[in-house]
Amino acid sequence: MVALATPPTVVIVGFVVVPALVIAVRTVGAGAIGEALGSRRVLSIAWFTVWQAVLTTVVTLAVGMVPAYVLARRRFRGRTLIRTLVVVPFMLPTVVTGAAFLALLPDSARGTWWAVIVAHSYVNLAVVVRVVGSAWETLPHDLTASARTLGASPWNVARHVVAPLLAPATVAAGAIVFLFAATSFGIVQLLGDGSTTTIEAEVARRALRYGDVGGAVVLSVAQLLVLGSVAVATSRRQRRSAHTLRGDARPRPARRGIPRVRALSIAAVTAILVAGPLVMLCAASFRNAGGWTSRAWTSWGSGSIRPGISLGVDPWSAIRASVVTAVVATSIATVVGVLAALAVTEMRRGGQWLDTGIMLPLGISGVTVGLGMLVTFAVPPFDWRGQWWLVPVGHALIGLPFVVRVALPRIRSIQPDQRSAALLLGASPTRAWWETTVRRVTPALGPAVALAAAASLGEFGATTLLSRSGSDTLPLAIAGLLSRPGDLPRSQGFALAAVLMGVTAVLVSLAEGRADARHR
Amino acid sequence: MLDIADLSVSRDEQLVIDGLDLHVAEGEVVAVLGPSGVGKSTLLRVIAGILEPDRGTIHLDGTDITRMPAHRRGVGMVFQDDQLFPHLDVAANVGFGPRMQRRASSEITALVDTALDDVGLAGFGRRRVDTLSGGEARRVALARSLVAAPRVLLLDEPLTGLDRALRDRLATDLAALLRARGTTAILVTHDAAEAEVIADRSVTLGR
Repeated sequence: MVALATPPTVVIVGFVVVPALVIAVRTVGAGAIGEALGSRRVLSIAWFTVWQAVLTTVVTLAVGMVPAYVLARRRFRGRTLIRTLVVVPFMLPTVVTGAAFLALLPDSARGTWWAVIVAHSYVNLAVVVRVVGSAWETLPHDLTASARTLGASPWNVARHVVAPLLAPATVAAGAIVFLFAATSFGIVQLLGDGSTTTIEAEVARRALRYGDVGGAVVLSVAQLLVLGSVAVATSRRQRRSAHTLRGDARPRPARRGIPRVRALSIAAVTAILVAGPLVMLCAASFRNAGGWTSRAWTSWGSGSIRPGISLGVDPWSAIRASVVTAVVATSIATVVGVLAALAVTEMRRGGQWLDTGIMLPLGISGVTVGLGMLVTFAVPPFDWRGQWWLVPVGHALIGLPFVVRVALPRIRSIQPDQRSAALLLGASPTRAWWETTVRRVTPALGPAVALAAAASLGEFGATTLLSRSGSDTLPLAIAGLLSRPGDLPRSQGFALAAVLMGVTAVLVSLAEGRADARHR
Repeated sequence: MLDIADLSVSRDEQLVIDGLDLHVAEGEVVAVLGPSGVGKSTLLRVIAGILEPDRGTIHLDGTDITRMPAHRRGVGMVFQDDQLFPHLDVAANVGFGPRMQRRASSEITALVDTALDDVGLAGFGRRRVDTLSGGEARRVALARSLVAAPRVLLLDEPLTGLDRALRDRLATDLAALLRARGTTAILVTHDAAEAEVIADRSVTLGR
């Protein structure tokens, strides 16, 4: 058991807990808390962070409720396809979404608050459709019918029956959207500017551009405390107000005529809204000021615009760096994740601690994970800032929760009697454990491996802080190319974003496909 | 009172009710019997306005209500699995109908107290609905429908899922309650004995 628990514990303590403690100590000892939090610029960014997150939440809930209703309550051809399509933007790297909206919106939209909010709402539409939709799928049709037979108009049914019963899911979805929008990094890096930026982006800017690590740490901790309390408060409210419902709630076909046309139109508009920016991204990679061209795709190897003038970003080297990083990160996440899942099931209290530690990187933002490692590993003999493996380790921390969440239920479903049976049949304790547990878990890891790889390929926040020059991964290369003036870098940025989008989509669909196959 | 003429209803492209005629007089309780899948519950849903018929008409007190929205018909319904609102307590469930009718809160309180008393659940007003037993929940559902003073009350297998002793007791109580209030009602059941106790007459739907 000790052998199982040691590697994951070392990784979690070394790369999550210690960095978290270091930044906490640095914050208390910074002496500049007031200065960092009280400056006019920080207050203005904090204000923008909050109000854009609130507005994003309101817009996403208002827009998302309509497809959430149709996809949860109405049965029609293509429903499953649209349900899958809606989730795609949420799974895509934020840098791809940012690039897609740069391709879709006019140049004048860059730096505007509404471009940021539209892109945030687009990404988070899936949260509302899936979270609220799941609750809607459990509302029995007869429950609303009974309200109607008691004299409630459709408006009153919505107000007095549906809304209160969907409230816990709506609050949960709203909290997730708020947290994602408030900690947005990739989208504001690409679509925002000096005034339309978030605390998350400001943390990275302070640490990297101005070397103000103390200020970055203070901001990062303040953000963590505020958003952590929002998460805790909303999850408590959700636990208090869950209801058990009985009755047939399966989606039904809409009535013929206007209701059916309305449902199908909503589904079609949803599909167009989701696919539109992604199609525009691909199209933009084939366009420049002069019209259609494939130059962005054919000039990757040259790395120069004109003889002697370099782009400064080499697409092939970015792809290579991303693949190597993803392979190493996924390998670490898989091995450590399986060991952690085995240890969590074998240990009692210690297992719970380990499980919580593994989930931590998902709760804190990528930028904070990166900042923690950057601050911690800056002092000899642990000055690892220049080490190539620091980025994959950071990515592995973000991929670990996926592996553990997939492996844990699989391990817990194994009957203890199976190991006893193997022992009675003459297997040694180690062999019995290997045969009945480890060999049962490994075939189920496909989806987790694919998700961990997708998370690594799209990771932007931690990578921005940990990456050394010359080893930029795809998201960094995309952001770099799209911030440069000129047609070619821009369309190359779109081309690389399209590549990243394609690879992520394949990995996510592999994960979903394998998961679906197992559930059938 | 209630006149159904030449009613045909399809569900999932299949004809479930074909050319049904039914007349229910004021204050009469009619039981609809028949095997599973014959369209008994579907008939109630069409009368309530939850489903639309393919053909035929439904008149209530001379008014054609065939295409009228459910909430304007004045037809109440007790569903098979009660369908109590889980976010409301017993009193708020029972008072839901009068609240939709915008009655004064003092009037709603009085109506709720009387209805709960009628179904033998006096003092249950503050209870959460998920703490009720099967029989209590069924009585609350009945009280909720009665308190809205429907012109016709539809009862979809109101005693299904309860044990025999409770069924017998509730059947007697229900019959007494409907007669005392002079409620016009259609009861769907597959139990002829239950129909005998509660209803004035029975009709049987067949394939």
